[in-house]
Amino acid sequence: MTRSIHILNATSLPANDLEYLSRSVEGVFGIAAQMTHSHLELEKAFDGSRRQFSSTALLSQIITRADSTPGKFIGLVDVDLFVPILTFVYGEAQFDGRAAVVSTYRLANQFYGVEADAVLLRRRLEKEIIHELGHTFGLYHCRQFECVMRSSTYVEEIDLKRHEFCPQCFDYLRRNLDSLLGV
Amino acid sequence: MTSPVAILIVDDEKIVRESLSKWFKEDGYIVGTAENAAEALKQLQTRTWEIILLDIRMPGMDGMELQQRIREIDSSATIIFITAHASVDTAVKALKAGAFDYIAKPIDPDYLSHLIQNAVKQRSLAGENLRLKEQISEFAKIEEIVGNSPQIKKVFEMINTVAKTDTTVMIRGESGTGKELIARAIHANSERRYFPIVAINCGALPEGILESELFGHERGAFTGAQYRRKGKLELADGGTLFLDEVGNISMKTQMDLLRAIETKQFTRVGGNETISVDFRTICATNRDLEKAVQEGTFREDLYYRLNVFSIVIPPLRERKSDIPLLANYFVKKYGQTMGKPITSISSEAMDVIIKYNWPGNIRELENAIERAMVVGKPPCIRPHDLPFQLSERADAPSLGSLAAMEKNHIAEILAANNWNISRSAETLQIDRVTLYNKIEKYGLKKPQ
Repeated sequence: MTRSIHILNATSLPANDLEYLSRSVEGVFGIAAQMTHSHLELEKAFDGSRRQFSSTALLSQIITRADSTPGKFIGLVDVDLFVPILTFVYGEAQFDGRAAVVSTYRLANQFYGVEADAVLLRRRLEKEIIHELGHTFGLYHCRQFECVMRSSTYVEEIDLKRHEFCPQCFDYLRRNLDSLLGV
Repeated sequence: MTSPVAILIVDDEKIVRESLSKWFKEDGYIVGTAENAAEALKQLQTRTWEIILLDIRMPGMDGMELQQRIREIDSSATIIFITAHASVDTAVKALKAGAFDYIAKPIDPDYLSHLIQNAVKQRSLAGENLRLKEQISEFAKIEEIVGNSPQIKKVFEMINTVAKTDTTVMIRGESGTGKELIARAIHANSERRYFPIVAINCGALPEGILESELFGHERGAFTGAQYRRKGKLELADGGTLFLDEVGNISMKTQMDLLRAIETKQFTRVGGNETISVDFRTICATNRDLEKAVQEGTFREDLYYRLNVFSIVIPPLRERKSDIPLLANYFVKKYGQTMGKPITSISSEAMDVIIKYNWPGNIRELENAIERAMVVGKPPCIRPHDLPFQLSERADAPSLGSLAAMEKNHIAEILAANNWNISRSAETLQIDRVTLYNKIEKYGLKKPQ
């Protein structure tokens, strides 16, 4: 199956949340999404001096896993991600490429000393998955306030945007979907 | 749509270049990278980089030295320093050297995002500022002052001489000679041109109101002062204060004004706070201030404070050669604003205009042309389009005697009656013999 999105789960999220996320991705992109459990080698991405995990290293692992399997790949983790220049990232994607990674670590309320909220976490994760996948389809950050491709550097900003694309981003995606998927 | 901003990342660490590059690309910026100073300088030859992120510590030429070289190539580039070794010393050095900001690795993504947005915004404001300054410089030309006579050329020279200085200027001239225009030309050609020129007609306001207009007032300073209000002196901060009809200020306000001009400090009416301002003073008057000083109605110290550099604008009747230029200028001006295809003045009408005395100077001329443009028919202004009193007095000498008036009047009546003596005598209500005597006395001759 060439038109598919592979979600590689390495979190302890409940099954119904994972099911919800798969269906949402399918709905937004109009492509079948497959959720599979994945054992990413997190320890290989760990940076002792920063006590964080390199998102770039994890992305490399996902790309290697994808190998010759067609489609897009996104890994879900629950560790604190970073890229060397930044203090943290919610996720990272191969721009106009095949793979992305997203973490629940800084999306969870507990990180900010607030009571856990499973529904809010699921919504935030849903938006970040779609956002990072959007980058793999060649979408840039969008200036539309509610577009899922709007850049969010603050967790509250994720709450403000919707889980869908604005008409311009959606139009770009729709027109280029086949070529972007390499079909 | 504006073109995307280009960001150049200069850092010896590949991972830093790659992660920043990716971050900015996702935001839609054009991104370039260089791993050392030599490569960065090469990149600068290829295109304009609006924002340059520079690692301070690099092998070979370091970021601080590279910044100086970048400034030589593109002084407008916004430079942001990056370093893993945050220290106040380096930050201060970088900012003193003209950097936009300074960031320490690792950077908070929210901070980086805002920093770049601010840099872009600042660049766009700087660009807008430059464009506005260029526009102001366009306005600053003395094109509105029309004239080619030696007298007006001398005025141009004086404007150019005094404009660049901060000297107080007194402009003197009859009403309607364009004193405010001269003041604006001085301001527009001065270093203060990007700040306002604030004009106030001192003769048009009663004492209490003039004081409040000049110095502002605090809330409750007088009945009706419901709000604190800035005065003209405060509004002119950085720019020019133009005091029109300065000769008409009361003695009390003259004293306050003198102090404010001398110390550049004052208090608002009803206030205690001392306000410091920086303005240049230009004043204008059509009064004989020397006489007013002698009579004791104008303070001598204020007179000397204001009369540092004096420009005297000659009345229009003393520079008649400028009249056609001015008249044609107004025809063009009103032709454009009215959208009327009148493009010239007939030679007969121009004769009338030149011969007229113009006691109201340029203002009167402008009004006369505006009126003629309203009533006239394309393609040109004719004598009968000019105001009635104007054509009637066209040949009148400036300070005409009774005899001269009589001569002109008789000549006009004769012309109107085609030199029919009986009809002319009847109109003049004199007998024919008297008319013949007058014709002989004034040397009037029937046109051939």
